[in-house]
Amino acid sequence: MDKPVDDRAWVATRKGLIELRRRAGAWGVERASFVGEPVSMVLPPDARGRMFAALQLGHFGAKIQASDDAGASWREVAAPAYPAQPEAAPGPPWKLVMVWSLERTGRTLLAGTLPGGLFRSDDDGRSWQLEESLWNRPERPSWSGGGYDVPGIHSICPLPSGTVLVGVSCAGAWITRDDGVSWQQTAHGMRAEYMPPEQAFDPQIQDPHAIARCAAQPEVLWCQHHNGIFRSVDGGAHWGELAAPLSAFGFAVAAHPLDARTAWFVPAVKDQCRVPVDRALAVQRTRDGGASFETLRAGLPQRDCYDLVYRHGLAVDGAGVGMLMGSTTGGLWASDDGGEGWSALSVRLAPVYALRMG
Amino acid sequence: MQGHTLLPVAARARIMRAMSHVAFTSQLQRFTHAPEFDTDAPTLRAALEDAFDLNPRLRDYVLDEQGHLRRHVVVFIAGRRVVDRVTLSDPLGADDHVYVLQALTGG
Repeated sequence: MDKPVDDRAWVATRKGLIELRRRAGAWGVERASFVGEPVSMVLPPDARGRMFAALQLGHFGAKIQASDDAGASWREVAAPAYPAQPEAAPGPPWKLVMVWSLERTGRTLLAGTLPGGLFRSDDDGRSWQLEESLWNRPERPSWSGGGYDVPGIHSICPLPSGTVLVGVSCAGAWITRDDGVSWQQTAHGMRAEYMPPEQAFDPQIQDPHAIARCAAQPEVLWCQHHNGIFRSVDGGAHWGELAAPLSAFGFAVAAHPLDARTAWFVPAVKDQCRVPVDRALAVQRTRDGGASFETLRAGLPQRDCYDLVYRHGLAVDGAGVGMLMGSTTGGLWASDDGGEGWSALSVRLAPVYALRMG
Repeated sequence: MQGHTLLPVAARARIMRAMSHVAFTSQLQRFTHAPEFDTDAPTLRAALEDAFDLNPRLRDYVLDEQGHLRRHVVVFIAGRRVVDRVTLSDPLGADDHVYVLQALTGG
């Protein structure tokens, strides 16, 4: 197997942003920023060292911080803001609740938010524009919350061609192929067992917990859904359900960046019992496109474990070899062999919201 | 500016007519400057606009993008909790003290 290629990672937690470095084969804490403040998402540095962090201040709202020196210093920049809400507009209030996802494609930044707006910035985060063609879809006011009171965009899968697929809890998946001019629903094939039977395959009510794209074969997408694991081989046009051996419930998914047959998931018991199966932490991996799964446990706690890995809490490096995993109870584990074996970092973090390499 | 008279606290003793005194929670100072000042603004919204003139970034910490008081921010005028969190129409009286604080609900 190849060696890990990334030696830097970022952990967005309930109490700050933690920078990790891998030195002599071992990960350790390099620096902490925004100590005490909730950090809902982080976008790792680009080639210039520019990166972004989304803060979720309990009293004063969601803010964006930018760094030009890879996290050494920070300054506040504009946060996405919704336009003036028309009187009697249906749906949730037009107020930013949280920045849930951050991605870049070329020089464009994309931010997925609660209550369901996608924002873009074409000036390095100095200003943000609401993607009104998605926000103004007639279905949007009926989107529902999943885990939060209002709906939100947690997954953004862009391509350089102007195609962007987003995952929405709870409104399935949406795609634009013309750089935001128009959007279409693209969750066909997903199944919701929490709805009346006649609505189970309605794409509008699906709750994908996270969607990840294979970088080398971008038509391949993986989804950890509220009640199942799904895969698409046609860019999200159709989704097929996969049978995971340990549990169909979970939040996190990581797509192998080079091998479109390989992906990782971190199962929990079920919606009403969000702990590892048998309170033993495990990772489910498929290497054959979802035909079969392996259950990987080496190095992970196998008793009295209540760690839940949230939707952005599992990261894989550019080689598909180095991995990191962080939990809602502050556990942090690393793998150098694609998840075969894990080792715990000797840190006691706050709940992990997001973990990203780069 | 909305034409209201703003004075630093030290100059307050010199003024002839009654003014309101506006102060913000010290928690805000971690993120941005929150001025303490006197104003003859007639309403809470006018007084807050005076504060935002002094530091424009303060607006997004106190109000949301619809201009409403943030859910977990609370304002007291002369010891009375502000109820109108949307139009911020509460009148300010002579020598009223206005405190903009964090609500415990957001903790």
